[in-house]
Amino acid sequence: MEDDAPVIYGLEFQARALTAQTAETDAIRFLVGTQSLKFDNQIHIIDFDDENNIINKNVLLHQAGEIWHIGASPADKAVLTTCYNKTSDSRVVSCAAVWRMPSDWETGSHESPDDSAHNPQTLELLCHLDNSAHGNAACVLWEPMGDGKRVISLADNHALLWDLQESSTQATVSSTATLEGKGQLKFTSGKWSPHHNCSQLATANDTAIRGWDLRTMSQIYCIENAHGQLVRDLDFNPNRQYYLASCGDDCKVKFWDVRNVQEPVKTLEEHSHWVWSVRYNHSHDQLVLTASSDSRLILSNMVSISSEPFGHLVDDEELSEGEDNHQEDKGKEPLTDSVVSTYEEHEDSVYAAEWSSADPWLFASLSYDGRLVINRVPRALKYRILL
Amino acid sequence: MKRRVHGMLKLYYGLNEEGKAADQPESLDPCDINGPHFDPEVYLNKLRRECSLGELMDQESCMVKQIRSLDSDMQTLVYENYNKFISATDTIRKMKNDFKKMEDEMDCLSANMAAITEFSACISGTLQDQHTQITKLSGVHTLLRKLQFLFELPARLNKCLELQAYAQAVSSHRRARCVLQQYSHLPSFKGIQDDCHAIMDKLAQELRQKFRDGGSSAKDLSECVELLLQLDEPAEELCDKFLSHARSRLEMDLQGLETDILEFIDRGCNEFVSSLCLVITSYQELFINHAQTGELASKNIPQMANGKLHAFVDDLAARYFSLVERRMQEEKGVGDNSLLVRALDRFHRRLQAVAKLLPGSSVPNQGTEIVIRAATERVKQYLAALQSFYMDSLTDVRQALAAPRLPELLSSLSASILNQIKSVLASVHLFTAKDITFSNKPYFKGEFCSQGVRESLVVSFIKFVCQSSRQFCESAGDKGGSTPPALLLLLSRLCLDYETSTISYILTLTDEQFLVQHHSPVTAVTTLCAEAREAAQKLLNHYVKVQGLIISQMLRKSVETRDWVNTIEPRNVRAVMKRVVEDTTSIDVQVGLLYEEGVRKAHSSDSSKRTFSVYSSSRQQARYAASYTPSAPMDTNLLSNIHKLFSERIDIFSSVEFNKVSVMTGIIKISLKTFLECVRLRTFGRYGLQQIQVDCHYLQMYLWRFVSDENLVHFLLDEIVGSTAHRCLDPAPMEQSVIEVICERG
Repeated sequence: MEDDAPVIYGLEFQARALTAQTAETDAIRFLVGTQSLKFDNQIHIIDFDDENNIINKNVLLHQAGEIWHIGASPADKAVLTTCYNKTSDSRVVSCAAVWRMPSDWETGSHESPDDSAHNPQTLELLCHLDNSAHGNAACVLWEPMGDGKRVISLADNHALLWDLQESSTQATVSSTATLEGKGQLKFTSGKWSPHHNCSQLATANDTAIRGWDLRTMSQIYCIENAHGQLVRDLDFNPNRQYYLASCGDDCKVKFWDVRNVQEPVKTLEEHSHWVWSVRYNHSHDQLVLTASSDSRLILSNMVSISSEPFGHLVDDEELSEGEDNHQEDKGKEPLTDSVVSTYEEHEDSVYAAEWSSADPWLFASLSYDGRLVINRVPRALKYRILL
Repeated sequence: MKRRVHGMLKLYYGLNEEGKAADQPESLDPCDINGPHFDPEVYLNKLRRECSLGELMDQESCMVKQIRSLDSDMQTLVYENYNKFISATDTIRKMKNDFKKMEDEMDCLSANMAAITEFSACISGTLQDQHTQITKLSGVHTLLRKLQFLFELPARLNKCLELQAYAQAVSSHRRARCVLQQYSHLPSFKGIQDDCHAIMDKLAQELRQKFRDGGSSAKDLSECVELLLQLDEPAEELCDKFLSHARSRLEMDLQGLETDILEFIDRGCNEFVSSLCLVITSYQELFINHAQTGELASKNIPQMANGKLHAFVDDLAARYFSLVERRMQEEKGVGDNSLLVRALDRFHRRLQAVAKLLPGSSVPNQGTEIVIRAATERVKQYLAALQSFYMDSLTDVRQALAAPRLPELLSSLSASILNQIKSVLASVHLFTAKDITFSNKPYFKGEFCSQGVRESLVVSFIKFVCQSSRQFCESAGDKGGSTPPALLLLLSRLCLDYETSTISYILTLTDEQFLVQHHSPVTAVTTLCAEAREAAQKLLNHYVKVQGLIISQMLRKSVETRDWVNTIEPRNVRAVMKRVVEDTTSIDVQVGLLYEEGVRKAHSSDSSKRTFSVYSSSRQQARYAASYTPSAPMDTNLLSNIHKLFSERIDIFSSVEFNKVSVMTGIIKISLKTFLECVRLRTFGRYGLQQIQVDCHYLQMYLWRFVSDENLVHFLLDEIVGSTAHRCLDPAPMEQSVIEVICERG
């Protein structure tokens, strides 16, 4: 059972920001934001043709500045947010804004990809998430599965809940939460929980992970020293409401039950440098994707703490003939947590990895040198989970 | 005709041919020539009818031959028997004559005997009267004496009672008892009997009193019991009483047992065990051996008594053992083991005496078990002592941690641990010394050496050392590293030394001292070595991580807190870089104290300058220059990608080897990678880039010497400068010569 070879796409610029187009459930589509200080930055819309293994790209200009974070609206395919750096008067400021893709971006796009002479279209600014009073934006989070009307932006030590009105052209802060303590506290990352009616938020600052109740904008839990060093990213288990994954500069990926924050439920130490991103698969939460600055992407199968701890009953006959005998035994015993695969297609630090919103078995990863790699879950594992 | 003769002859000699013929039914065939129903006519007819002439001739000649041989047989027999008849007739005649003579003599004898009888009857008739009188008189005499004895008996008994001659009294009474019993229907005898009874009751009372009195000696006691037994006191009751009495005395012995272990055992042995032995002997003497001879044997008394004795001894011994065990458990101080061993030895030895006296008792086995338990307990205590000693030494070391003294600290630590192990082994060795009685028990020869000493003491301790070392890595990992890095380094070296030599030395020493015969599987040296090596590796990796993090933290702070866009033109190397180099140097010294240099790739003649200068200026220049052309971005990527194609992937937090260079490489890798990642998160102005250039050059100048492959440092620094240039708003690099001047001046 051959697995398809990974598909590699090279951007011209360095890039950190990657997201799946959340509202799109038919086409496999990823958005990548570039980082260039000297040229107009771009948003690459990467379409992946699953059947022919071909990538189609479209480029939209993002002239406001280099993109550090990107988020796609869960309701409207064309709407997205970015956090970007703007340089003015020898000052670097981080801002956040909501954008709309031009409606006809697809029409002029079927030329050859290297047609750089072609004038790319520009994003249409819907509104600024104007937070100059609150400091530099770190990331913007859409309400998961919401109607695309609420976002949270994390800026320095503030978490701001915005209401988008008038088809997202107007943004007003509905409530704020502030992280207080000694020194200069700064949110590095956050995640809006899809559980509890989307009323919870988890944020990371330095080595701590905090949970917030959005109704009261107050802290509900805090994992001090969740990691030995900086926490880089978080993700909620889509199926188990109290489970949270985190990763950080201590090269570890930890899984927490937020009801008991003394000890992590599980710890993975597979990477040899900082782990920048951790993502649960949207449908099969035993699959966890981690990206690290050791240039590796690791797909782990965390069966023991997933919502399907015993796996599906495996029907052996469905598996390939040659493996029948072995599979028979394996299918009966509970599966163990394991690294499924390590992907080494990247040459530089991998800062982002995302699952596709359309195909649960497909994911993209982005390294700093602008290389986007699209990979699939190994087929053997896929069938084992499915059947 | 012939056959009949033959048959008669047979009959005469009692020859019974039936021996074989009787088995088979006698043939009724008239043609059977040997059969009883042979009919010559039929036979002849048959022959004539059936046979040819030739056959008939043959038959005839054969028959003639047989007849002839039968004739000669008969003649021989007749002759022989004739001779026998002759001699028999002679003998009978002679006997006839002799008998006639004897008859005459017998007649004479009977006449004489009749005369004698007559005389005798006459004599006895005359003496009859006197004789009967004499017999009567003597009968009266004895009777009178007996009567006198009986009448005097109460008085005598009283006198005996007064004189406390109980034995005599009892024996006197015993003699009279039956008679009194028999004639008790006569009033006078009845009176005597009553008197005697009263006196004997009193005596028994007195005996019991004496028996009950604690003070009387064992000998007196046994005498009492003997007398009481003779007085038909019920044996069972006596057993009980005897034992309960003994018990009260033994318990008194048990109560006074306190103070130090040797004295405790001493007193236990001397008082309790010896009294116990005495009790057993006298008891056996009284109830078992004695009873076996007497009439009591029939009543199963020995069995009953024996059972009681066993129960009694077991009960008391159990109490004694529990006391001993409690006392043993109090022996926690591990200072002097010889005292304990001597005590146990004495204990064990004394119990052997009980074993001899009372075969089949479980006491000696229980005693041995106590000794074994005490020994294993002791081993456990030694292990705990060793462990706490180890932890204490670590605390001492932690307090004494100062870089230049690391090797001395290491050697003193390992020497003191080794000494401690040796002294513990020596102490434990006492258990197996030749002059100790229990040392030749199979347990102490085999299991104690292999399982007890080797496994649960030595091996456990080594495992503990490895285990605790690993814990240093784990506990420190998340909670901010409370263990000083130097200690990690020291422990790592310690574990490595253990792996290379110490473990095998200790185990060989143990095996030699204890002549360990490996009956049961024991932990192999290699397993322990592997464990030690793993611990050493883990510690060293952790050391690298901790040190790398300390430097990383400095670098990260320095990059994160500065406004790189609005910085001034670099005039100096930033202080933090100097600090990094200083720290790295001191780490290098520290590691160098404990680990060997290790191999590194050959240096180029001018490593500090050449490699870096080429890259940092010329190649970067090329990159910046290129980036201004329209097609630039692709080219930049291409360039760096091609570069990466040729360089190996670097694992940042990877395992290190046991040498200085590898350790330093690990630390520097971690630090520089952090630097790179931090730089990528910032935006730089022109002078920001130049400052980074200066800093990197400075690092290059000093760091190359520490690592195994200087290209690694070079590559990482190049990445840093490259990334900075990318993150720079106005990438105008500094002149290489200026950089060099600044760095040299710093």
